[in-house]
Amino acid sequence: MATATFEPRIVAFFCNWCTYTASDLAGTARLAYEPNAPVVRVMCSGRVDPQFVLKALEQGADGVLLGGCHPGDCHYQEGNYKALRRFRLLQRVLKQFGVDEERVRLEWISASEGDRVQHVVNEMTEQLRRLGPWQRARS
Amino acid sequence: MGDKPKVAFYWCASCGGCEEAVVDLNETILEVVDAVDIVLWPVAMDFKKEDVEAMPDQSIAVAFINGAVRMSEQQEWVHLLRRKAQMVVAFGSCAHLGGIPGLANMNTRDEVFDTCYRDVQSVDNQAATRPQTICVIDGHTLTLPEFFDTVKSLNQVIDVDYYLPGCAPPADLIWAAIQAILAGALPPKGAVLSPNKAACDVCPRKDSKPEKLEITEIRRVATHIADADTCFLAQGFVCMGPATRSGCGSRCVEGNMPCRGCFGPMDDVYDQGAKFLSAFASVLAPKDEAGIDRLLDQVPDPAGTFYRFSLPTSLLRRRRVGVPV
Repeated sequence: MATATFEPRIVAFFCNWCTYTASDLAGTARLAYEPNAPVVRVMCSGRVDPQFVLKALEQGADGVLLGGCHPGDCHYQEGNYKALRRFRLLQRVLKQFGVDEERVRLEWISASEGDRVQHVVNEMTEQLRRLGPWQRARS
Repeated sequence: MGDKPKVAFYWCASCGGCEEAVVDLNETILEVVDAVDIVLWPVAMDFKKEDVEAMPDQSIAVAFINGAVRMSEQQEWVHLLRRKAQMVVAFGSCAHLGGIPGLANMNTRDEVFDTCYRDVQSVDNQAATRPQTICVIDGHTLTLPEFFDTVKSLNQVIDVDYYLPGCAPPADLIWAAIQAILAGALPPKGAVLSPNKAACDVCPRKDSKPEKLEITEIRRVATHIADADTCFLAQGFVCMGPATRSGCGSRCVEGNMPCRGCFGPMDDVYDQGAKFLSAFASVLAPKDEAGIDRLLDQVPDPAGTFYRFSLPTSLLRRRRVGVPV
């Protein structure tokens, strides 16, 4: 049901040490990208409780983007591995709930990859524009 | 007799286990009957809806309602009891969280009907008959309650004052709740009448949990016999203890079965399944996608396992209709 005027709302959880720094770099380098993904800075991708993802969807987000350090680069050694395991399991659960796969995405983006932030946010925004709004549960 | 507080017990979408739980009070039930008048208890005594409708509003001191709300008849009854009762206690997992009947929220009404009235091998229904809310036979109009598409917990239908968790609630919690109600010594409205601590905290196997849990192989109770003294998670069994409220007396663990989560989440958790998913994924050993997926393949129904008792009260509530699984 995508419409021409639909603008998806994406909640981005970026880790302090890599992806958030990369989004900062994107700004410093004046890389323009879609404004659809306001960032919540967390200390580590391993801090992202799966409840945050579901809560975002429940409260009106159309997608959730998680960004962390590349494997082996976690500031806290193991946090991004936990994030990966939670994400893989959450994907399976979301599929059972009928949530489109494109709505929740995990990306490893290091502090130097500002252009990657630009690319990922643009790509995800475009995908969700095509997919249309997420149908929240009726209360 | 007229001065004793009036108590009602009612059942919605439930199995009858919660009724058993009341009977499990054993001789204590005599003390209950001494202290209160039971004005409604369909499993044990004959009362009709008209009897309850005839009671003055607010004349029942407390209504204990078990079961989820799945049909229009149950919805009518709980609205009626809310009007007649000063206090409503959601009794047991189904009223509290949606419970086992709530797992039907992974399907639609049509899918449930197709299974029950067509696909099950013991069904012979060539006329493809389905339950109708109204049907006319030989000039007589027959009615049935409506079967809702989505199962709801009690607090999604009416205002609920307290929650007695468990599948079914254990006798000691029931008795403690009744005493607290009689004494007027209740916690703030909305409280779950069970300790706000994780089941792991009071687990008899707590000391066998290693400092760092690392699951390298997932085991299922259907195919493996668990060691009777060791932490289930340490053995690789899916055990909901970390994300489940205590107060159950570790009955399942004592029976060598891992926790299935019937007491629901603790106070600060708003999605028990996601919270358990978080804890469980974090203690899996693999760090690469292939290794993680190999382990996860051994949990064939993660949503049904992690939300076994809490699907209707989860953040997503149900599968989105029209989206293939």
